[in-house]
Amino acid sequence: MAITTVPETPRKPGRPPSPYSARPQRTSLGRKVRDNLTGHAFLIGAVLCFVVFSWYPMIRGIVMSFQRTRRGETTWVGWDNYSRIIADPSFWTAWQNTFYFTVLALALGYVVPFFVAILLNEFRHGKGYLRILVYLPVMLPPASALFLFKFYAYDPSEAGLFNAILKALHLPTSQWMQSPEMTMPAMVVASTWMNMGGAVLIYLASLQNIPGELYEAAELDGAGIWRRILHVTIPQTRLILALLAMLQIVATMQLFIEPLILANGAGAEDSATSVAYLIYQHGFFQNDLNGAAALGVIMLVVLAGFSAVYVRLTAKQD
Amino acid sequence: MAQDSGTRTLISQTQISRGRGRVIYWTLLVVVVAGFTLVFLGPLYWMVTGALKSGQEIAQTPPSLFPKDPQPQNYVDAWNNLALAKLLFNTFYYAIGAVLFQLVLDTAAAYSLSKLRPIFGNVILALMLGTLMIPAMVLIVPQYVTVIDLPIVHINLLDSPFAIWLPLVANAFNIFLLKRFFDSIPEELMAAALMDGATSLRTLWSIILPLSRPILGVVSIFAVTAVWKDFLWPKLVMPSPETRTVSVGIYAFAGGTPMNVVIAASVIAAIPTVIIFLIFQRNIMSGLTTGSIKG
Repeated sequence: MAITTVPETPRKPGRPPSPYSARPQRTSLGRKVRDNLTGHAFLIGAVLCFVVFSWYPMIRGIVMSFQRTRRGETTWVGWDNYSRIIADPSFWTAWQNTFYFTVLALALGYVVPFFVAILLNEFRHGKGYLRILVYLPVMLPPASALFLFKFYAYDPSEAGLFNAILKALHLPTSQWMQSPEMTMPAMVVASTWMNMGGAVLIYLASLQNIPGELYEAAELDGAGIWRRILHVTIPQTRLILALLAMLQIVATMQLFIEPLILANGAGAEDSATSVAYLIYQHGFFQNDLNGAAALGVIMLVVLAGFSAVYVRLTAKQD
Repeated sequence: MAQDSGTRTLISQTQISRGRGRVIYWTLLVVVVAGFTLVFLGPLYWMVTGALKSGQEIAQTPPSLFPKDPQPQNYVDAWNNLALAKLLFNTFYYAIGAVLFQLVLDTAAAYSLSKLRPIFGNVILALMLGTLMIPAMVLIVPQYVTVIDLPIVHINLLDSPFAIWLPLVANAFNIFLLKRFFDSIPEELMAAALMDGATSLRTLWSIILPLSRPILGVVSIFAVTAVWKDFLWPKLVMPSPETRTVSVGIYAFAGGTPMNVVIAASVIAAIPTVIIFLIFQRNIMSGLTTGSIKG
């Protein structure tokens, strides 16, 4: 902090030299150097934080994944960490679960906010209130919201909120987190409830940028509501749609706190184990930071693959 | 409401203001308002009142809509047994520090990148924005290893608030938001200040910052909510019970505490962010959309 609050003030004594003073060549060179120094003095604090907590850990993570540290001694082990991690039976389960969660979360958490935004955008009344409601869960600490789901909503007895509703509707009740089949859908519902507000607001803002004439022209051409959504709304918002799809994939692939709190980590028959949870397990419980780093690198590669596909697709569209 | 009537959306104003369209519009509006209240506010009601029920009442079927015999004792127990005062204080302390560090360092950096533009500034900006592509989970292990033994100086930051404050400064999204805002401030203002002999710091302080209050507000609010909501990182770097944040503290106690008390604690932990949201909802919503809309 101190670093940036002491940018040099070399011209304190006396009057500051005017930018139009004599000896233009010398001052302009000296000035240039000084201006650059000033610029970097303002940058240094943030840059140091990036170096220590972001750029260096990135490289270190890759280096660590090829090393093994035992009793304070670090040796190069080549691909050993990777083969050990991949041989772990939980590895494939975790990837399967994570992909399953990502797909379900896209189906629910990606489509629903878009249509909610379209609906809200049509309302001439109560919009402010509805917007606050949708965003409210985003502001709750995730741990608080998840305890609510865990204890009150997903209670497997008939005292649980969801089971009570199902029973009132004469539908079969569920074991929720104790049933391997329901674990993932239940986590997706909780996660969508907690997170969809952000997407709704971003869609709403981009819907407001669509020129009204486009809808008018489509209507004159006889396009109904669905055709107008298909031919005006979606093409007009496609950049935001693509961007949020990407962001959501990256976010859901890092699924961690939902399994940790709702399913106590692994869940019934390993149905909740996620890749991020496996990183946490290896790194901080099995004393295998190197294996965890290798798993992190694998995750990075997979997500980079998604990003490459995304860049390819969006570049083609334009 | 009023300003919306002018702009045309999916369905035209005339269509919903007469006849059948009007009936459908109002029916849909009522259904949606009721449905959203139930879906988004309902669980919060359930949480607040559920924590007032006795252990017996919570296990009864079907569940009761109102607590028959309210037990405020659950909230008192949560406050005392989980030492919530201490946990809330810790979280608040980390949040305030995070705001200060981010405001000072990220503002200075964004100002430099936007207005002073030193040599290699663009390279630095590109490297910063590149970190937006790296998922947090990928960095968690090497970041942890770095924090327990900082390179060169060999300091262990475990249980030190700096382990929360400093990594949050490395926030490319903040720098991007601030830089974009500073970019929109006219260059002439800078030139005029320079003519008057003002230093760069003086220009930042007396010209740029007063114009930037809205964006500084957005950055501060995001910093507070980020600290309040974060879970895994504070869990890892604040291992002692005395330094925990409120979410981590509740999680740590959840195993051996009656569930009503855990929920009561969760309600208390959620109150500060809900209040912040209700006060600053306009700033939060505008900040959320400015960063992404023109992407």
